[in-house]
Amino acid sequence: MTDSLFIAGREFRSRLILGSGKYESFDLMVKSLEAAETEMVTVAVRRVNITDRSKESLLDYIDTKKYHILPNTAGCYTADEAIRTAMLAREVLDNNWIKLEVIGDERTLFPDNQGLLEATRALVKEGFIVLPYLNDDLIVARRLIDAGAAAVMPLAAPIGSGLGIQNFTNLRILREQITEVPLIVDAGVGTASDATLAMELGVDGVLMNTGIAGARDPIAMAEAMKHAVRAGRLAYRAGRIQKKLYASASSPIEGLSK
Amino acid sequence: MKIIVNGEEKQVEEGASLIDLVSALDLKPERVAVEVNRRIIRRADWASTTLAEGDKVEIVHFVGGGAR
Repeated sequence: MTDSLFIAGREFRSRLILGSGKYESFDLMVKSLEAAETEMVTVAVRRVNITDRSKESLLDYIDTKKYHILPNTAGCYTADEAIRTAMLAREVLDNNWIKLEVIGDERTLFPDNQGLLEATRALVKEGFIVLPYLNDDLIVARRLIDAGAAAVMPLAAPIGSGLGIQNFTNLRILREQITEVPLIVDAGVGTASDATLAMELGVDGVLMNTGIAGARDPIAMAEAMKHAVRAGRLAYRAGRIQKKLYASASSPIEGLSK
Repeated sequence: MKIIVNGEEKQVEEGASLIDLVSALDLKPERVAVEVNRRIIRRADWASTTLAEGDKVEIVHFVGGGAR
């Protein structure tokens, strides 16, 4: 049975999206991507270091036939910066997908809703497939969808915090209300159970970076996350039992030897 | 003549094109995107884009990064 994730008409068999930052080496990153069996990897756009050309390029390591590259606007604090970064990113691989981040505060890395909306509108008009990172806010999510976002990606907790889902109620409401585009939890996942809980809520996918790259053994954690996302998805589709206060015997009551 | 590449001064020959600059910097063209004076120049136009004294060139590529 296939249970693919579709974003802007593109099929992904994996519901786990990975970041490519914070790994100790490119080799460790590649092995983690493989262990996670992800199909989409987000990358940042930065100046080439023209004085020290010894540094290798990320794309020398990531097989772009195997992984769909999702450039991001991480580090952008205004709509204009994010738009400019997206336009540059598009040129590198002639790829119009963008994970849109417009950050409003350095300490929390919380998104700037107004900037996010402005950039989404502009980039959709430019023909981009826009996947915005937002707060777990239904109203902002709706406005972004109205503006043409191809998915909405609310945080579970602050970026890189590893705190796991902080507001189950908001995510559950988002899941119930957002049906037009995929809903992807982006940021805050610390360990496998966090990813499973998100998927059990019915979100369509999970995007993470630090939870894997920062683990003592990133490759093992990547494998754990692969299973966690699948387990959560299967459980969501299977339909969990109702919680009850009292016991309910699993074995027949009749026929006991006396 | 002098131009500015990624915020740093750089000497290039008079009449150098963008493709000359990219190869002088030993960059793989298919790995980078380029702006000259804040305008994106598509890869197909690098050869026909001649640099002028004081031009501000930005050359970017992809680096590891996710949720930062």
